[in-house]
Amino acid sequence: MAETNGHDGKPQTPATPAAGGNGSGNGGGGVAKVLAGAKAVQTRAIEELKETVKAPEKTDLWKSVLRVKHDETPRSRALGVLSNVFLHLHPAKVNRDAVAYNYTWGMGGMTFYVYITLVFTGTLLMFYYHPSKVVAFRDILYLENDVPFGKLLRNMHRWGAHLMVIMVELHMFRVFLTGSYKKPREFNWVVGVLLLVLTLLLSFTGYLLPDDQLGFWAVTVGTNMARATPLLGNQGPFGPQLGMTPFNDVRFGLLGGSIVDSNALLRAYIWHCVAIPIIASAFMVVHFWRVRKDGGISGPAPVVLEKEIKDVRKI
Amino acid sequence: MANPTVEPPGAAQPPPQPKPSVARALQTIFSKSKDPDEAKVIARRRKFVMAAVLGSLSVNFLMFLRFFFPRALYEPKTKFRIGYPGDFGFGVDTKFQNQYRIWVVRNTEGIFVIYAVCTHLGCTPDWKPSENKFKCPCHGSGYDSEGVNFEGPAPRPMDRAHVELDPQGQILVDLSHLYSWPKGERSQFGDPGAILRNV
Repeated sequence: MAETNGHDGKPQTPATPAAGGNGSGNGGGGVAKVLAGAKAVQTRAIEELKETVKAPEKTDLWKSVLRVKHDETPRSRALGVLSNVFLHLHPAKVNRDAVAYNYTWGMGGMTFYVYITLVFTGTLLMFYYHPSKVVAFRDILYLENDVPFGKLLRNMHRWGAHLMVIMVELHMFRVFLTGSYKKPREFNWVVGVLLLVLTLLLSFTGYLLPDDQLGFWAVTVGTNMARATPLLGNQGPFGPQLGMTPFNDVRFGLLGGSIVDSNALLRAYIWHCVAIPIIASAFMVVHFWRVRKDGGISGPAPVVLEKEIKDVRKI
Repeated sequence: MANPTVEPPGAAQPPPQPKPSVARALQTIFSKSKDPDEAKVIARRRKFVMAAVLGSLSVNFLMFLRFFFPRALYEPKTKFRIGYPGDFGFGVDTKFQNQYRIWVVRNTEGIFVIYAVCTHLGCTPDWKPSENKFKCPCHGSGYDSEGVNFEGPAPRPMDRAHVELDPQGQILVDLSHLYSWPKGERSQFGDPGAILRNV
């Protein structure tokens, strides 16, 4: 007991400064030390703040967000591409002749650019458009006549859609002319055909959305053709034998009813604005990735020597 | 071998086959099998898990498809009254085109109702009184005043709706019951219900 109470045998209390030098780390001297430390931290912080204000581009934070200039070496240029999430889809280096417009017409890239424009303008149009009967067409008139830049946006979206269909077809035409559907690019040709179909579906579903006479009758005609779908349409081959009626066939599933009405408008809206863009974007990712894997946007495919091909390992 | 107590396959003599019976079959089905080959057991378990996952996914997919086919519809009535036979004079009457998508026609035989849907791809043709014909704006099909096609891509005359007189003497139209005249087949336009005679 006495041993633990200090040298003079008195009970030690933290409030007594006379308790002795040793063994009193939690005494008044400690408080002073902490205060001194805090003061030092404060002065350092102020100094750092001054430096930051004077030269913000020298801070680590700045350098991490806004990239510093690298040396003009091939390595650092390649790293600049590789370490960027958007640029890394590109190859780090491209043969100068591979990007000649004679070979590619730039159609695939331009199609993607138009698609980005369509996503952007379409998203803006969604801020003013209600997908329901009566209001839908009124909103189109509102966009055309009252909303600031509404007419510009709507026309960008409409003409962009036409342009995208034209560009996808020209892109396909170029791929056909240069024989780029051949080995090993067959898979990407198939993905591209799916993307063409998705582009046309986007156009078709967007047709109904203004809910004007043109769109309404176009969708009436288009979905009446769906009646003639083999097996799944009420007027198609083997459709009636499989029990297809106007109330349970594929057209009914597309329209959400037996006539082109409010359900059809809502469904076209959701397919047009949500479902098909997501599906198309997924296929685009595969398409672009595959372009690189198959040897770039033009030029011959990478060579694989016979001796490099390994046997399939059975698991 | 993971299980040292089990003899390697092929080492033991096959046991004498017991008599087949229902009780034995049930026992075989519901008792734990003593399969000595662990790899086989694992493969079977994997197959079972895979089947369960695929099964539930395909059931979900079927539910997803079924979701797109609503049970109740909020669509216009297909059965309605359009007034008395005396309201309709000789020729084509278009006053119900907007409301019910029909034309009421009276000719020398009687009154009948044409369902105003082009038989090509389903647009609504326009009645052109000066040319005495129906003309479809979509692809140019033309029909005479009785709805019989004579130009354009339409494959057959326009369908006619079921008509009858209700007890009050009004004309009751039923668009869910149509009469048609497919190309090369018998015309249903003379069937009872397709036309109101002597009214």
